[in-house]
Amino acid sequence: MDVPTLEVFNSIVGSSSKTSWQYIITNYRIPKAITAIIAGGGLAISGLLMQTLFRNPLAGPFVLGLSSGASLGVAILILGAGAISGIFSTFLLGPWSLVVASALGSFLVLLAVLAVTLKVKDTMAILIIGLMFGSLTGALVAVLSYFSDAEQLQQYIFWSFGSLGNQTWQGISILSLCFFVGLLLSIYSAKSLNALLLGENYAKSMGLKVKKNMLLLILATSILAGGITAFVGPIAFIGLAVPHLTRQFIKTSNHFVLIPAVALSGAILMLICDTIAQLPGIVYTLPINAITSLIGAPVVIWLLVRKRKLIF
Amino acid sequence: MDSFSQHTVINCQDLSIGYQNKKKVAVIASAVGFSVTQGTLVALVGSNGIGKSTLLKTLTAMLPTVSGSLQIDAKEITAYSSLELSSKLSVVLTEAPASKNLTVQELVSLGRQPHTNWMGKLTQNDKDIIQQALEDTDLDSLKNKNCFELSDGQLQRVYIARALAQDTPLIILDEPTTHLDLYHRAAIVKLLKKLTVEKNKTILFSTHEIDLAIQISDKMLVMTPQNIVFDSPSTLIKQGAFDVLFPKEIVVFDKNTGRFSVT
Repeated sequence: MDVPTLEVFNSIVGSSSKTSWQYIITNYRIPKAITAIIAGGGLAISGLLMQTLFRNPLAGPFVLGLSSGASLGVAILILGAGAISGIFSTFLLGPWSLVVASALGSFLVLLAVLAVTLKVKDTMAILIIGLMFGSLTGALVAVLSYFSDAEQLQQYIFWSFGSLGNQTWQGISILSLCFFVGLLLSIYSAKSLNALLLGENYAKSMGLKVKKNMLLLILATSILAGGITAFVGPIAFIGLAVPHLTRQFIKTSNHFVLIPAVALSGAILMLICDTIAQLPGIVYTLPINAITSLIGAPVVIWLLVRKRKLIF
Repeated sequence: MDSFSQHTVINCQDLSIGYQNKKKVAVIASAVGFSVTQGTLVALVGSNGIGKSTLLKTLTAMLPTVSGSLQIDAKEITAYSSLELSSKLSVVLTEAPASKNLTVQELVSLGRQPHTNWMGKLTQNDKDIIQQALEDTDLDSLKNKNCFELSDGQLQRVYIARALAQDTPLIILDEPTTHLDLYHRAAIVKLLKKLTVEKNKTILFSTHEIDLAIQISDKMLVMTPQNIVFDSPSTLIKQGAFDVLFPKEIVVFDKNTGRFSVT
């Protein structure tokens, strides 16, 4: 649906000549744009936190099985709710429970990955373990889907395609809350993130309470990635690619600069992806997950080929 | 040595070191006793696997003591909070920093962390100390380079500069001369010597460069399977401490030259 540019501004201030245009702008396009900004910024921050936390340039919410954990949480909720019928299940499927299930799922996976990381110091091993957790949760979701009925399955499948649209204002306020809590926790942890750039032992030798700070970072990451995944579905590559893209333009490793910069780039990239997903003149809106992968994967390949090594 | 004019920085008595968990205790060395006064350069030597790293980890509180007393600045190491200890001792580890995308200046500035606020804001005093650390390690011309652009010898100086920026009386280094050629090994050890003389730092470093350590360090800690001895290099040579350092089949120590040679 084309809305003339001038009418867009008129709709925002509430003086559009057509009520249908106004309805589209205020109830569909603006919420979608805000969702894109929050999702892009939040996922990018969570990717940055994980890359520093795991000392691994390939870390990101998707790679380390965080999104799969969130998927499992949501799958248990949606597919499991089928078993409990009636009013109780509609209560269960409210926006809050989706967030809690998703954040809890990603929190547990992240905790498990981190527990293994403390034992295994090899970064390659950590990535493989993350992938294994991904397949493990994937398998559990598959088992759950096998036993659920078509309606629930469809609801889950649509969620897993990822979508920035169809958000209510209530949903967006929960999403914003997750984003700001995650953002505040990250900024609060920025000094320890800087210390962790030297590794755990150096950080400890500079007086950092490493365990407490790592827990805080995991919490921030799962609130960000888990909360966002709950609303927009598992979105690939933003978390992994944006921190690397940002480092191309910003020549500092200081997290006090990187966190806002990464959030901004993530938001911009997500808006671009969303624009591509619904280019004017095309009737269909493509799944956002496909677009982010189409853009993100070449970016990572390009960075690797050009520099032969991903540094962080 | 005039151990009365300078105060004692490290003092351990009947110290046992090793690894312990709930099930068992693996003691690596026991009855360790030595004390180091301020402004001394101490080299820790011993063959591979003898427990040098265990001793260093214990001295830097990364590993708890098994038993006995270990005092840093006349206070038991266990009585320090990690933040308090970070203003007493700084470390240079063998592990490379997780990130090499930091510039030299950024990495050295991280040494100020124990002294800055939650945002890590650098005051003019902090900046002066960082600049001094860069100058002391001859890194001023490299300060805007990224760490991945540097050679191993330069990187080692960066790590030492970071420890200097932390501004602690005691610096402990784990094998700072590995991966370096003879010239750069000597340069690093000379730099450490300079810091003890000019800055009155107390520096303890582990090394496999026994020849170099004999020539330049004030005191040496020699670890053998039987015991740990601590004295000046010349006394240790007289005592024959280096003769028992390695099995005699392959290398022997020449007391006159102060060097090992292959038999």
